[in-house]
Amino acid sequence: MSFFARFRRQRLGLLGGLVLLMLALVVAFAGFFSPYDPQTQHRQFPYVPPMLGRLHFRDEEGFHLRPFVYGLERVRDPFALDWVYVEDKSEKYPVYLFVRGEEYRLLGLFKTDIHLFGTGTEGDSPGQLFLLGTDKLGRDLLARVLAGGQISLGLGLLVVLVCLVVGVLIGGFSGYYGGAVDTLLQRSVEVVMSIPRLALLLALSAALPPELPATTRFWGIAVVLALVGWAPLARVIRGQFLRYREEEFILAARANGSGSGRIIFRHILPNTFSYLIVAATLTAPALIILESILSFFNFGIQEPLISWGMLLQEAQSVFQLQFHPWLLLPAGCIVLVVLAFNFLGDALRDAVDPHLTLIER
Amino acid sequence: MAEANLLLEVKNLRKYFPVRRGVFRRTVGHVKAVDDVSFYIKEGETLGLVGESGCGKTTCGRTILRLIEPTGGQVLFHKDGRATDVAKLRGRQLKELRREMQIIFQDPYSSLNPRMTIGDIVGEPLVVHHVGRGREIRERVAELLEAVGLNPQYMKRYPHEFSGGQRQRIGIARALALEPKLIIADEPVSALDVSIQAQVLNLLEDLQKQFGLTYLFIAHDLSVVKHISDRVAVMYLGKIVEMASTDDLFADPKHPYTEALMSAVPVPDPDFQMERIILQGDVPSPVNPPSGCYFHPRCSYAKEICSQAAPEFRDLGGEHFATCHFAEALELHGLRGQ
Repeated sequence: MSFFARFRRQRLGLLGGLVLLMLALVVAFAGFFSPYDPQTQHRQFPYVPPMLGRLHFRDEEGFHLRPFVYGLERVRDPFALDWVYVEDKSEKYPVYLFVRGEEYRLLGLFKTDIHLFGTGTEGDSPGQLFLLGTDKLGRDLLARVLAGGQISLGLGLLVVLVCLVVGVLIGGFSGYYGGAVDTLLQRSVEVVMSIPRLALLLALSAALPPELPATTRFWGIAVVLALVGWAPLARVIRGQFLRYREEEFILAARANGSGSGRIIFRHILPNTFSYLIVAATLTAPALIILESILSFFNFGIQEPLISWGMLLQEAQSVFQLQFHPWLLLPAGCIVLVVLAFNFLGDALRDAVDPHLTLIER
Repeated sequence: MAEANLLLEVKNLRKYFPVRRGVFRRTVGHVKAVDDVSFYIKEGETLGLVGESGCGKTTCGRTILRLIEPTGGQVLFHKDGRATDVAKLRGRQLKELRREMQIIFQDPYSSLNPRMTIGDIVGEPLVVHHVGRGREIRERVAELLEAVGLNPQYMKRYPHEFSGGQRQRIGIARALALEPKLIIADEPVSALDVSIQAQVLNLLEDLQKQFGLTYLFIAHDLSVVKHISDRVAVMYLGKIVEMASTDDLFADPKHPYTEALMSAVPVPDPDFQMERIILQGDVPSPVNPPSGCYFHPRCSYAKEICSQAAPEFRDLGGEHFATCHFAEALELHGLRGQ
């Protein structure tokens, strides 16, 4: 049975893969899928609860195929004395597909103002559609979650790639050459792995100068995460290199005059690909969580960039959770992504049965 | 021994593996896998190298090819009347010499890269040595596959699609790619079914005639060695204890260990009374070999001198060599029932 046949039987893994694929797609086209810019502040609409329930199909005239929202009005509750939002039934705002709204760059390349859905009204109009609610400055949470996904997922994948490259280089060197090189590199791996991850992360990111621009800081955080992430990967890769180094087909390659480069890249590395993919899939969620933790404690991504961990800063107090529970939504996203990655990784690992890979393609 | 048709001369070859202990990897001893081994192979002949598991046959073969770095000794390869010491070559010169000496492995499964097609595997030596390119290589690979009795259309397939015997043929084709003079066959048939063994042995013999190959044939199966070898060397605990022409060795062994090996060969005659020489004790550890003659604790002919002085590997006349103090004195039995 081939790798794919074995993988196809892992339902949970397939589901995880599918979820990740869809999330990646939506997040990549965040500007298109959300009706607002994540930075636009609707000062008159702070803490709007999710408006999924305020999407109406039926009014006094009967059923409409096109949903609409009523005008949003912010009033003080006469008894509790806090602000609540009520619907102004006199104003109706239909929701359009492919509507023109705020300008954004699709995939960071093409300037456009077409959004998947929206009311197409000005920012100060009462006809707003905040599907997942807003934060204290009246910023659309849907837009912010999607934009945060770009950073959280993107950073995770970027760092995994960096870790893979570093891991292959260091682990490969270590396993292929062995001896003193191996001892030295493995001891350094152990040193890195023996320091508590979170302490190291906090220390390193605290060392980044606070006056750095947000984008520079993003790269800094990537480097910091890579510094703690490469070590376990290097170890896995070293093991694989050790295993294959003694195989007779490697001896055969040496006997016919192949150099080290050819042996490493043509003979050993292709045989470890399946393991690399599994290791990467299982490392990515760990890195996404670490980034969230850093950003949650304000050590990571900072405004104007957005990440899921950073969004959760606003949900730090019990007060917020009690009155604005929708601010916890980014946490749900993190859980979803981490679970999906883990299911996918487990399925891949089961499919890459080491006993069968030697014989099978 | 400096005859004109000598191809390979191994002189006092040694390979000691250090045994390391503790945190600081201190060397506490050595495994003498190959200990002062000398022999020679003439052009066009097959030298069988026999011995039990762990006696250093494979290490010896790999050290000759520099797949394992020798600790000491010389490996002289004769070409166009000049001798090159393989043990001292480096870089480009070593790579050049690899065209002359190739190896066939024991395990047909682990000796082929599972991620490469047959065409890539057999063609790799040609690519590495820049012999032709593209179409030329593919044509040459097709030729090679045909020479070992495989369909050239298999080129695009992967190793797991083949049987053990077919895989061994692929390994042979790879070894032939650069038209080497010497092929070290490291137990090439011992992992195969008996029926397939005969096919592969016959193929090796045919190829030898066709391409004028010289073989160092490493094996532990005496009947296989007897069938294919012109001369045979017997190894015990990293040393060669006896070397002679196949007929001489099997009819008239001069070393007690060879005699014990011969007595273990089954005789296809139900009436034959077995007189096996059962060796006492185990093979001693190569980390800490016995004093004097390595074989003396298990030798039924051992005298006092055997535990004190190590015997020389000496010529008894007629290209018959043995490492025994009493090589001339002992009356030993060869292969019986022949």
